[in-house]
Amino acid sequence: MMNIENVSRRNFLQGMLSAGAFVICARTNPLLAKAARSGASGGTFAAPWEPSIDSTAFHPGVYLGIQTDGTVFIVAHRTEMGNGVRTSLPRILADELDADWNRVQVIQGDGDAKYGSQDTDGSHSVREFFDTMREAGATARLMLVRAAAQQWGVPEEQCAADPVHVVTHKASSRSLGYGELAVLAAKLPVPKKEEIKLKSPEQWRYIGKPAPGYDVSDVCAGKALFGMDVRVDGMIYAAVAHPPVLGGKVKSVDDSAALKVKGVQRTVAIEPFTPPHAFQPLGGVAVIADNTWSAFKGRRQLKVEWDNGANASYTSADYKKELQQTARQPGKVVHSVGDPDAEFAKGGKIVEAEYFAPHLAHASMEPPVAVADVRGEKVTVWSPTQDPQGVQEQVAKTLGLKKEDVTCHVTFLGGGFGRKSKPDYAAEAAVLSQKTGKPVKVVWSREDDIQFDYYHSVAAMYLKAALDDAGKPRAWLQRSVFPPIGSTFDKTAVYGGAGEMSMGWNVVPFEVPNFRAENGQAVAHVRIGWLRSVANIYHAFAVQSFANELAVAANRDPYDYLMALIGPGRTLEGTQPPELSQKYPYETARLRHVAELAAAKANWGKKKPGNGWGMGIAVHRSFLTYVATVVEAEVDSGGAVRIPHVYTAVDAGIVANPEMVRSQFEGAAVFGTSIARTGEITATNGVIDQSNFHNYPVARMNDAPVHVDVQIVESTAAPAGVGEPGVPPFAPALCNAIYAATGKRVRELPLSRNGFV
Amino acid sequence: MTHFKVNGVAQSFDGDPEMPLLWYLRDILGLTGTKFGCGMALCGACTVLENGKAIRSCTKQMGSVSGLEITTIEGISAGGPHAVQKAWAEVNVPQCGYCQPGQIMQAVSLLAAKPHPSDADIDDEMAGNICRCGTYQRIRAAIKTAAKETA
Repeated sequence: MMNIENVSRRNFLQGMLSAGAFVICARTNPLLAKAARSGASGGTFAAPWEPSIDSTAFHPGVYLGIQTDGTVFIVAHRTEMGNGVRTSLPRILADELDADWNRVQVIQGDGDAKYGSQDTDGSHSVREFFDTMREAGATARLMLVRAAAQQWGVPEEQCAADPVHVVTHKASSRSLGYGELAVLAAKLPVPKKEEIKLKSPEQWRYIGKPAPGYDVSDVCAGKALFGMDVRVDGMIYAAVAHPPVLGGKVKSVDDSAALKVKGVQRTVAIEPFTPPHAFQPLGGVAVIADNTWSAFKGRRQLKVEWDNGANASYTSADYKKELQQTARQPGKVVHSVGDPDAEFAKGGKIVEAEYFAPHLAHASMEPPVAVADVRGEKVTVWSPTQDPQGVQEQVAKTLGLKKEDVTCHVTFLGGGFGRKSKPDYAAEAAVLSQKTGKPVKVVWSREDDIQFDYYHSVAAMYLKAALDDAGKPRAWLQRSVFPPIGSTFDKTAVYGGAGEMSMGWNVVPFEVPNFRAENGQAVAHVRIGWLRSVANIYHAFAVQSFANELAVAANRDPYDYLMALIGPGRTLEGTQPPELSQKYPYETARLRHVAELAAAKANWGKKKPGNGWGMGIAVHRSFLTYVATVVEAEVDSGGAVRIPHVYTAVDAGIVANPEMVRSQFEGAAVFGTSIARTGEITATNGVIDQSNFHNYPVARMNDAPVHVDVQIVESTAAPAGVGEPGVPPFAPALCNAIYAATGKRVRELPLSRNGFV
Repeated sequence: MTHFKVNGVAQSFDGDPEMPLLWYLRDILGLTGTKFGCGMALCGACTVLENGKAIRSCTKQMGSVSGLEITTIEGISAGGPHAVQKAWAEVNVPQCGYCQPGQIMQAVSLLAAKPHPSDADIDDEMAGNICRCGTYQRIRAAIKTAAKETA
C-alpha cells in the first residue's frame, strides 16, 4: 500500500514555493519529478501525451494532480500494450474522485519505485491496484470537499462532490469547480485512511461500465509514440549481430565490408554475458549508423567467426525425445492426494496419454527496441517496457551505475506478451551509448526477435487415469517436464518453480480421490521466459485434452463428463498460498458456472458432431480468473481447419472496464489460434530454425476465429486477471473440437504437425 | 536524384537507392506512423498508399519511387480523421495499436477499390496484415461500418 502524501502541503509548510522547493518536492513525487525532468532536459524529448505540470497545484499523492484550470492528471504507472491499463486504472481513480472523464489527462509514469510494482505482467494491474486507485481518488475528493466547506464556512457533511468535477453546498446553492478548489485543497492535511469513505458499487459511475481506450484516436492517427518511434537529438542507430547460439562468443570480426556501407559509422563489440544470462545483453558486434537501414545493411556485411560454445549441441528434435523419456519416469512430486499407485495396481480401465507442446516465440508486432543516452553517471532510457524499474535495475547493473541515476521513460508498446518485461535490449542500448558517447537507438529486426527471444518453454507431459465403472477417475497421475524459467536466473535450475507448478499443475479442479502431480527435470539450452499465460498453456492443453479423452473412454458427452469431473461446488483447499486463498478462494462453482454459460451460448449438444464438424470445450482457472471456452471447428477432407465460432465465458470478479475485458478475450482466442495452428520454435545445432513470419506464422484474419463471443459474469468478488486467462483453454478446446469433427486426436502441438492446415 | 511526393509534398532523395521507403519515411522524414514489423512484406505494418493503392513500404526501394505519390497514415489524418479512422474508433478496434496504421491504410485501399466489400473481399484484402493482439473481428466490423458511412 502506498503512503499518500500531500507533497504540495509539505512544500507550502516549508514556505518554499520557489524553484528550489520544486526540487525537494520533486524528490518525493514522481509526477513532479517527471515535470522537473521535462523542463530540465530542454525539450530534447517530450512525448506527445506529456503536458506541462504546474508543481504548485494540487498533488495529493503519487497518482494524481489537479490543475487550477480543473484538468485532472492521472498517472498510468503501469504499461500500455493493448491491455487497456491506461484506461482501466485511471477510470477507477476518476470514479472515486467524481472527476469528469473528459477532463482527465492520463500521464505515463516513468520508472519509479514510489508507484509500487510497475511490472506489467502476470495479469495483476487491476487486481493489485484496484483499492489503491480507489483510495487515491477518494482521498482527493474528501480534500476538495473540505476545501469547499472551509471556503464557505459550512460543515463538510453538508457538501458533496456532485455531480462531477464540482463540490456543491445544496442548502445555499453554491458550487465550486475542482480547479477553483485546487490551491486551497493543496494546503489541507491529507486525511487518514479511516476518514475516507469509498463509494458503494451502486454509486460507481465508471467502474464496471464499458469505455473505449483512452488513446484510440492517437493510435488510429499514427500519433501514439511507440518505442520504435522515439527520436532524440543527435541519436545514432545500431543493429547488433548476436551470437547465433546462446552463450556463444565472437572469435574474430572482419568489418571492412560493413564499414563501406553508406551511412555506417563504426562497429562496436559488446561483451558476452556472464552466466546466468538473466537480463544481460547477449553480446556480439554492433553496427552503428546514421539510420536503421544502414545499420541493418552494414550488419549483413559483417564477417563474424563465432565460438558457439556448449549449446551448439542442442537440437530440438533430439531434445524432444529426452523430455518424453523423462516424462515416462517418476519425477519430483509436487502435489499428492491419496494413493494413486494403489488404485492403478488394482487394474480395471486405465487410460494413458502423452502430450507435447513446443517452444514459442512472443513475436510482438513491434520488435524489441530502445534508446539510451548515457551522460557520465546519468542515463536516460526510452523503452517499450513492461517493467521500467527492471530497466533501471538492469541498465545500472550493466553499466556499474546507481539505479536512481537511470531514468526510464515508458513508451507505448507494440505488444509485449511477456517479452518486454525482460530489459536486455535496453541494457544493450545503454552499453552502446556509453561506448559511443551518443544517444543510441538499438533496433531489433524481426529475425533478431524470433531468433533471440526468451522462449516460452517446450513441455512433454504424461497423464494416466484409472476409471471406475461409471467412467470417473479413481486415480489420476500427471507428470510434466520442461526447461524452467528459473534457468534464466540460475544455471543449475532444472525443475519448475512454484509459479510454474501453480499454473494448472499442482491441482486440477476435478473430483479425483487419488491424485499426484509430478515434475521431471530438464536442462535449458535457450533463454526461457514467460509468455502470455506461461505454463498454463501446456498444462491446460494436457489436462483439458485428457479430460476429453476420458469422456471418450467413458462413452460420455464431453461437456456432461467435464461437469461430472468438476463435481459439486466446493472450495479447493491447499492449492495456493493461504493469504491468496482468503481473498481468492478456488471455488469450483464459479468454474461450473462459466462452463454452463459457454455451453449454453454455443448450443452445445444440439447438433451431432462428425463429418468434419465439431465442438470442443475446455475450462481453466488462471490468474485467479475462471474461464470456459467452446470452440466450433470445421475440417475439410484436406485437413483445412476453419473456426467459425468461439464462445468464451469469464468470471474475473469485479471488472473495471468490460469493453477491455471483451477485447482481451477476443484477442486471447486469436493468440490461442496461433499457438494451436502453427506455433513452433525449433533449433538445430543451437541455432533457432525460424526467423520471420514465413516460417513462424501467426494467425491472420483468414485463419483466426471468425467470431468470438465473450460473456462476462457479473460478480462482486475481488477483481482478478484478464490479460492472460483467455489463452490456456483455447488450444485444448480447439483440439477437442477437431477430435469431435474428425476422430483424430491431437496430442502434439501445433496442428501443422498433425496434417492440419 | 529521385523526385516524388509524400502526403502531397514534393520530396527528393539521392541516398542509397536500396533503402526501403519505410526507413526513408521513418528515419529521414520522421513520419513514424508507418511501422516496421518484418522487413519482408509479410506483416503489413508498413503499409502506405502508392498512387492510392496499398503497398508494403518495407520492400519498396527508394530507387523505384520516382514520380510516385506516397500517402502515409499522417497524410490521411491531416484534415481530421478519415472515415476509416472514425470507424476504427467507433468499434474500438485497437489493442496495442502498433499494426493499426497499416491495417487502416490497407482498409482505405480496399474501400477505394471496393466500396461495399463482402466478408470474403475483406478477408482476402486484409489477410496480409497481421495483428498479434487479435483484433481481426473488430477490423472486419470497422470496415463494414466505414463502408456504410462512405456509401
